[in-house]
Amino acid sequence: MRRSSTFLYSMLCFGYAFLYIPILVLMVYSFNNARLATVWGGFSTRWYSALLENSQILDAALLSLEIALVSATVATGLGTLAALGLNRMGRYRGRTVFTGMIAAPLVMPEVITGLSLLLLFVSLQELTGWPGSRGANTITIAHITFSMAYVAVIVQSRLAAMDQSLEEAAMDLGGRPYAVTLDITLPLIAPAMAAGWLLSFTLSLDDLVIASFTSGAGASTLPMVIFSKVKLGVTPEINALATIIIGIVTVGVVIAGWTMLRQQRQLANQQAR
Amino acid sequence: MTETSGVAKTDNGGACTGAPWKDPSQKPFIELQSLSKRFGSFAAVDNISLKIYRGELFTILGGSGCGKSTLLRMLAGFEKPSAGRILIDGTDITETPPYDRPVNMMFQSYAVFPHMSVEQNVAYGLKKEKLPKGEIAQRVHEMLELVQLPDLARRKPNQLSGGQRQRVALARALIKRPKVLLLDEPLAALDKKLREQTQFELMNLQDQLGITFVVVTHDQEEAMTLATRIAVMEAGRFVQIGTPSEVYEFPHNRFIADFFGKINAFDATVIACDGETLTARLDNDDTQIRTRHAPPLEPGTRCVIGVRPEKLLISTQAPTQEGYTVTRGVVEDLAYYGNRSLYRVRSRSGQVIQVSAQNYQRSAELLLEWDDEVFLSWDSSCSVVLTQ
Repeated sequence: MRRSSTFLYSMLCFGYAFLYIPILVLMVYSFNNARLATVWGGFSTRWYSALLENSQILDAALLSLEIALVSATVATGLGTLAALGLNRMGRYRGRTVFTGMIAAPLVMPEVITGLSLLLLFVSLQELTGWPGSRGANTITIAHITFSMAYVAVIVQSRLAAMDQSLEEAAMDLGGRPYAVTLDITLPLIAPAMAAGWLLSFTLSLDDLVIASFTSGAGASTLPMVIFSKVKLGVTPEINALATIIIGIVTVGVVIAGWTMLRQQRQLANQQAR
Repeated sequence: MTETSGVAKTDNGGACTGAPWKDPSQKPFIELQSLSKRFGSFAAVDNISLKIYRGELFTILGGSGCGKSTLLRMLAGFEKPSAGRILIDGTDITETPPYDRPVNMMFQSYAVFPHMSVEQNVAYGLKKEKLPKGEIAQRVHEMLELVQLPDLARRKPNQLSGGQRQRVALARALIKRPKVLLLDEPLAALDKKLREQTQFELMNLQDQLGITFVVVTHDQEEAMTLATRIAVMEAGRFVQIGTPSEVYEFPHNRFIADFFGKINAFDATVIACDGETLTARLDNDDTQIRTRHAPPLEPGTRCVIGVRPEKLLISTQAPTQEGYTVTRGVVEDLAYYGNRSLYRVRSRSGQVIQVSAQNYQRSAELLLEWDDEVFLSWDSSCSVVLTQ
């Protein structure tokens, strides 16, 4: 008994160490004074100030955020509409096919998605003259395309789990279909839409492959800049940037967790009363 | 209709009295005309015609998959009939969408909106009518008083018990003062004690409001206690429509007889039938059964005679009354319930007959014991001829 629990405990530590030590090392090295990323040369914050002066990285970060915000928002809208169309419009011809097709982008290799979108943009330009140049707009469209599928799948599963008699009850009480969607359906699928938005935002912020294919000269997202810099050797500036991103994410997760805990406690208190 | 009372009184007022279905001059309130609903080649509702009168508490009873829910959903407007028409108060509503029908429904799952408070749930129907805020608030308050929930107005549904949620659903369905209230298995999700209480409350409410209720249920006890009339449904058709006592005492067939409580069924052969009285002999037994209410049958026809356990008299001496049918047997098993006893008697033909007897006399000892020779008898008017 004792032996096996020691074994399990050490495996647990090993697993978490494997996950988090690289991140910790990266964070520690962001305060490295040396120019080389792999040799410790004393504590310093010089790479943070260097980062603030590096307009290339900052511009790329802003562009990435912009693309992520726009694409996540549009994808949530379109994905929700798709889910409603697949789940709440009764049975119609081709529904099963459409349901299957909406999930396809999830399993499609990114390289193929990226390449096919590039081909689409190029031939569109030849045929219609639009898009004049590839850049932020084409990346945004590409990100909307695949994020939409994720949103649709998440919202759809929420809709499928929802008691459909809620909507029928609203209709029975005099709500026209449009009003029922606004009054009942949307508030109830809002959590799924939020989850879809967050996932789309993360996917867009994270994406390198599709952005590389669909971008043109002049528009580089943060992952693209980092990746091109790494090819020339990692500079501690990137460590600093990574540390800042990790910091933001950690704060976000802690706040979200804390709010959820508080809500649960409130609910428990109300029920106990 | 008085707008301020909160309780809609119709001209006829109150629940239906008498038996309007027996009076051909009465105008039906809800009328289904050869209504059908097919899903592919499967007919969920198969050419049904029905008249329900104002103020009735009409129950549609059947097992799962018999089409009763489809029928209710067609009344509410969620399913489009494949054929036939639906009329309410003389208006054809077959093509009317659910939000324009003078009908409200209480769902089996209650379908209380989880993101709205009790108050908001009840107010929803009035808000969709775009009534002034003051009137909505007043009517919601009155309705919550009626269902005894005024203290919980601001609670969210997840802070309510099952019974409270059911009241919210009921209040929400009643607030628009519908001409017809549809109830889908209204008591199925409640525990036994709450069921009995709610049953009487529903009947009282219906009495007060005078709204026509159509209830769908699979529970015969619920149907018996609630209904003015019961329609027994099987495979998309009505097998029998009648008052609870008609359906119980004069079941049309074996299925209905078994559905409502227990019945002893005797295989028999018709000996004589003079229109009023039918005489039949039980198989493997020389006991003759005489019964009234028989459809004319040729002598020699095979038939089934049904007798309810509580209609049988059990005694150790041969009964002497006129017009009684008598058979003999041995007590094989007995169960004492206090107010009554249940006997299982094996007749001479080997059939087990169930007898339910009231314990009139006060006695610490059992009046009958195992292996006692007994006479079973029943009034000839108490047995029915069943088709299989």
